[in-house]
Amino acid sequence: MTSDKTTKQETAKKTPDLKHMLGQMLLIRRFEERAAQAYGLRKIGGFLHLYIGQEAVAVGSIAHLDLKRDYVYTAYRDHGHAIACGMDINGLMAELYGKEAGCSRGKGGSMHFFDKEKHFMGGNGIVGAHIKIWNLPVVFICENNQYGMGTDFRRVSSVEDFSIMGQSYGIPGKQVNGMDLLEVHKEVGEAVKRAKEEGTPSLLEIKTYRYKGHSMSDPAKYRTKEELEEYKNQDPILILKSHLLEKKLLTEDEFLKMDKTMKEQVKTAADYAEKSPEPELKSLYEDVLV
Amino acid sequence: MAVITYREALRQALEEEMHRDKNVILLGEEVAQYNGAYKVSKGLLDTFGEERIIDTPITEEGFTGVAIGAAMAGMRPVVEWMTFNFSIQAMDQVFNNAAKMLYMSGGQFNIPIVFRGPNGPAEYLASQHSQALASVYAHFPGLKVVAPATPYDAKGLLKSAIRDDNPVVFMEAELMYAWEGDVPDNEYLIEIGKADLKKEGDDVSIITFGKPLQIVTEAAKVLEKKGIYADILDLLSLRPLDEEAILKTVKKTNRAVIVDESWPVAGMASHIGWIISNKAFDFLDAPVELVTSEDVPMPYNHTLELAAQPSVDKIVQAAQKVMYIREA
Ligand SMILES: Cc1ncc(C[n+]2csc(CCOP(=O)(O)OP(=O)(O)O)c2C)c(N)n1
Repeated sequence: MTSDKTTKQETAKKTPDLKHMLGQMLLIRRFEERAAQAYGLRKIGGFLHLYIGQEAVAVGSIAHLDLKRDYVYTAYRDHGHAIACGMDINGLMAELYGKEAGCSRGKGGSMHFFDKEKHFMGGNGIVGAHIKIWNLPVVFICENNQYGMGTDFRRVSSVEDFSIMGQSYGIPGKQVNGMDLLEVHKEVGEAVKRAKEEGTPSLLEIKTYRYKGHSMSDPAKYRTKEELEEYKNQDPILILKSHLLEKKLLTEDEFLKMDKTMKEQVKTAADYAEKSPEPELKSLYEDVLV
Repeated sequence: MAVITYREALRQALEEEMHRDKNVILLGEEVAQYNGAYKVSKGLLDTFGEERIIDTPITEEGFTGVAIGAAMAGMRPVVEWMTFNFSIQAMDQVFNNAAKMLYMSGGQFNIPIVFRGPNGPAEYLASQHSQALASVYAHFPGLKVVAPATPYDAKGLLKSAIRDDNPVVFMEAELMYAWEGDVPDNEYLIEIGKADLKKEGDDVSIITFGKPLQIVTEAAKVLEKKGIYADILDLLSLRPLDEEAILKTVKKTNRAVIVDESWPVAGMASHIGWIISNKAFDFLDAPVELVTSEDVPMPYNHTLELAAQPSVDKIVQAAQKVMYIREA
């Protein structure tokens, strides 16, 4: 994500709306579950990379941005970031269904969500295609979900701490626990502050975990059930929920209601996508050049 | 003879050549423990161990460069690109080092290497993951480029590619891995640079390579029902290109349709069209027709993506056009 320096004070002042963030995480979770279901029914084709398990990273980070001035760039596992940027889930689901009403007019699909107005600069399908140049107010986030496709990152990396990799460019780095939204929110907040006040970059390695396979075709045989269970016990939604219950900022009843609302929204989005028209054939040649 | 899949044919070729020559190694993303993103290297780690079947980080430029270096030092690496779309990251290494090393070094360093993986569109994968790059690779002198479309051709050509002392770009396709075909039990090689006449007919020459062979074959059947008989020439190699075979079929039928799933501008199809009009002009009864992808990036929507690519119908139309047949 990149930040505009001129918005100095704004980030520092905001009190985090944790309930809203919990809602966003739930919405992402339910959206992804619905997408997986639609994929099973062949409403969605191609590669579908789910964000389940990683919700705290996008939500906790993007909460700091003023998307009138700041921008978000991500890779192909982009649904969570798009939702955290406030993109309309009807348009997202319609994109997955390849419809004209989709956020990329049915031309991008799962890996290529875009929203110019929301400053969501999109999903890129090419691993490692985001590079750093110059001293810019950019917060680089390496969302480390531990595995590439089927390869444990420790087998192909000479370092275990990716946050040090910016050091040769003088970019400060830090490792962050991505299963804990509060920690993500705090650390990204500091990095965003640095970007806005000093105009300089940071590199955060946010350690997280994907519950599902790399994409829908991956049975994820390369990891143990125990490992998966261990991470499910530190579910980012459950952690934040417990925190809010403990602080009496949320009741169990409210949580259930919130979840119900999210499920309904997602269902509405799926119905919307289903009913939306296909793009016209002539759109094939549209948007090649301006 | 045995009926095997295209995927299995590649696996057998790799296995046989690795037994034959210990300098042959395979490297790429997910090739070892995961058995390959498309399972082409299934079981090879167990047979040959991790010194010869090597998982790499996701750094196409890096591991392609490492492999080229290894080839300079006498190894015979096979580089698997998860797909050719990602080979775009490695193009500097391929074009600036592999393709030019022999020439730049005045003949001292040849690069015995194979770059292989799936090329061209599959389904529902959108613009960045659906690119047919044959013309790009065929543009560079110093490379050989092959694109087989049957298990038989795939096995014979991969074995030849591994034994070749030059860099060979070997193009497969996701959708072809499950295709089946006869493959002999005993060893055979297919010479790089020779086209194969897949079907004979006197009325029109349909020239193609790689995955479109299947729709060309179907189109030929449709045409037969209309009383039109096509020669189907499968080029197999794009570089070197079998000009003799191209000219021979065109001189026989006097009409040519070239089918290439790449884009139309500055592509293999237009190059072949030029060869025909330059060297068989007097034999032509109609202008050469090209059936290529539409000149757009690939859309995700399935109806649109099918409309963007060559199809049976488009090939039939083109064949009828060069025969001046207008459908009522
Ligand atoms: C340059 C490039 N090489 C290979 C691929 C194929 N590929 C897609 S996702 C993937 C694994 C990426 O893992 P990681 O970067 O850890 O992201 P994650 O999927 O875990 O979010 C690979 C190898 C690609 N998209 N781009």
